[in-house]
Amino acid sequence: MRALTWHGTHDVRVDTVPDPQIVNPRDAVLKVTSTAICGSDLHLYDGVIPGMLSGDILGHEFMGEVVDVGPKSTLKKGQRVVVPFTISCGSCYFCQKQQYSACDNSNPAEKQDISEPLYGHAVSALFGYSHMTGGYPGGQAEYVRVPFSDVGPIVIPDGMDDDEVLFLSDILPTGWMAAENCDIEPGDTVAVWGCGPVGLFAVQSAKLMGAERVIAIDHYPHRLELARKFGAETIDFNQTKVGEALMEMTGGIGPDAVIDAVGMEAHGFAPDNVLEVAKQKLGVAADRGHALREAIVSVRKGGRVSMPGVYGGFLDKFPLGAMMEKGLQWRTGQTHVQRYTADLLRRIQEGEIDTTFLISHRLPLEEAPTGYKNFHSKQDEWTKVVLKP
Amino acid sequence: MQSHSQRPVLGLLAIGVGAAVGIALLNQRPSRSYRIAPPDSAPGRLAKHADFGDYAVVGKTVLIDKPRQELFDYWRDFSNLSSFMENIEAVKPGTNGSSIWTIAAPAGQSVEVETQVVDERAGELIAWRSVEGSSIDTEGRVAFRDAPAGRGTYVEAIVAYKPPGGELGRLIAKLFQREPNVQGRRELKRFKMLMETGEIATSRNRREAA
Ligand SMILES: NC(=O)c1ccc[n+]([C@@H]2O[C@H](COP(=O)([O-])OP(=O)(O)OC[C@H]3O[C@@H](n4cnc5c(N)ncnc54)[C@H](O)[C@@H]3O)[C@@H](O)[C@H]2O)c1
Ligand SMILES: [Zn+2]
Ligand SMILES: [Zn+2]
Repeated sequence: MRALTWHGTHDVRVDTVPDPQIVNPRDAVLKVTSTAICGSDLHLYDGVIPGMLSGDILGHEFMGEVVDVGPKSTLKKGQRVVVPFTISCGSCYFCQKQQYSACDNSNPAEKQDISEPLYGHAVSALFGYSHMTGGYPGGQAEYVRVPFSDVGPIVIPDGMDDDEVLFLSDILPTGWMAAENCDIEPGDTVAVWGCGPVGLFAVQSAKLMGAERVIAIDHYPHRLELARKFGAETIDFNQTKVGEALMEMTGGIGPDAVIDAVGMEAHGFAPDNVLEVAKQKLGVAADRGHALREAIVSVRKGGRVSMPGVYGGFLDKFPLGAMMEKGLQWRTGQTHVQRYTADLLRRIQEGEIDTTFLISHRLPLEEAPTGYKNFHSKQDEWTKVVLKP
Repeated sequence: MQSHSQRPVLGLLAIGVGAAVGIALLNQRPSRSYRIAPPDSAPGRLAKHADFGDYAVVGKTVLIDKPRQELFDYWRDFSNLSSFMENIEAVKPGTNGSSIWTIAAPAGQSVEVETQVVDERAGELIAWRSVEGSSIDTEGRVAFRDAPAGRGTYVEAIVAYKPPGGELGRLIAKLFQREPNVQGRRELKRFKMLMETGEIATSRNRREAA
């Protein structure tokens, strides 16, 4: 089959590789019909996530048609399903608590050796990501093997387009959980750093959860425009001093909750960021925390910090004092996708959530490298790329 | 240092008293820290200055969300062990209730070890020891204890053995990715996967080896 494979920093190619098979009893194999490129894929593209090997198949946002099932799969051939990017067994302690992205049993034992010393615990598995998270071949391919297919995939009713439901695999639940982690109360103001796919879904979700005001921050005019479409006020960090603006816009109180939907590769020429770009280039497991620092300093006393943005290593100059002295609460994590898919599918069906607005480009799988290049370097217009194998 | 070849190493470790005591008994000479430090609640093998003489001791505890008896039964049928222990090729019955373990060794070779069950309490404990004259001097025990609030079972496995060729043997083993501590941790994780999910997670995309 054809598949998008990683070969190094800014080097992805479409290669011919062996087709996947059923390996374990609970597996299914899908013929992929749509798959997207994610901001998380850009961290791999930029080579800032450790544990990648040349030839790894990328892609964790995908859907398709079931073409083969193992004896313990509950899926049937011919069904259309969307697959969560988090691989979860459904039966461990964490899965039972619906903390699916903390699953104990999905990351192969020998791969758990990578994250256990780094984080104190082995992380669970994700599709198409680093070997730290299992090294499972991803879905930017013609076919994909789906482990624990009786737990993750959600069957899509006839008559719904791929474009409407594809984002159930990651960014919609991620934006939703980011807003949920804000514990929004009536009258609240929520500030969102980053108007990429995650930030934009967080804006929509926060509004649906009753936030009175949402303030979205980015430097791309078109992305800010999309945020305004969903009722957000916006701040362009190239034009405006973000921290002071947030204080003025909230009468000196600060936002009640803040969302970091930027992650480890913050943009901009703030001094802390310039230093951290350099450190990241040296490969010292350094994260770039400019957006996160700004969020923590801006949020009101007793406020909530929600961090869907991905970080992998260590951060210097963390405003720990502000965290403690202001009495903040902090919630983060890879999304517990399986917890949200059924509810969000219903909201899409009922027209409550708009998903298709985001897609700026549709490309054949063969042109995936062009998709990566532009999603990476022309972020203003390239808001989301969907690949068709 | 005296030889411990037929001494029940784990018997000493298992009495559940403090770390220092277990080690002191093994070494036959109480250290200064033994006299001042009161015993704590951690397993003896985790003492900072653990010294088991010629023996290498590997131990690991894992929480598995299944009842004690079910886990005990699976383990007690030693022929099951090769399903989750990568370096155990097979365990077959020997004579007089003993078991013959075929263990993978570096460079595609294998070693056979004959063991005898020396202690057994249904649903709680299985202990085994290599018979006299065995090629590797080893003993092991696995204990099953209820976790709080119905969260399953703590499974603690400890294996003590005299590495073939002493330190050099361990070095070679390490080279071949068969370092016992790493291996032991992975094996208990595979046991947990198999018990909780019915399969062992793999990111391989095809049934045959790549
Ligand atoms: N927690 C999860 O499970 C999960 C799931 C998906 C994605 N993510 C992560 O969420 C983050 C965003 O993903 P995405 O797909 O939206 O990525 P993206 O790269 O498309 O969007 C990031 C946006 O942040 C903006 N930005 C950069 N620096 C900024 C700054 N200093 N202040 C304000 N805005 C800034 C960029 O201009 C860009 O528009 C990534 O880190 C991604 O890895 C996490
Ligand atoms: Zn993603
Ligand atoms: Zn699980």
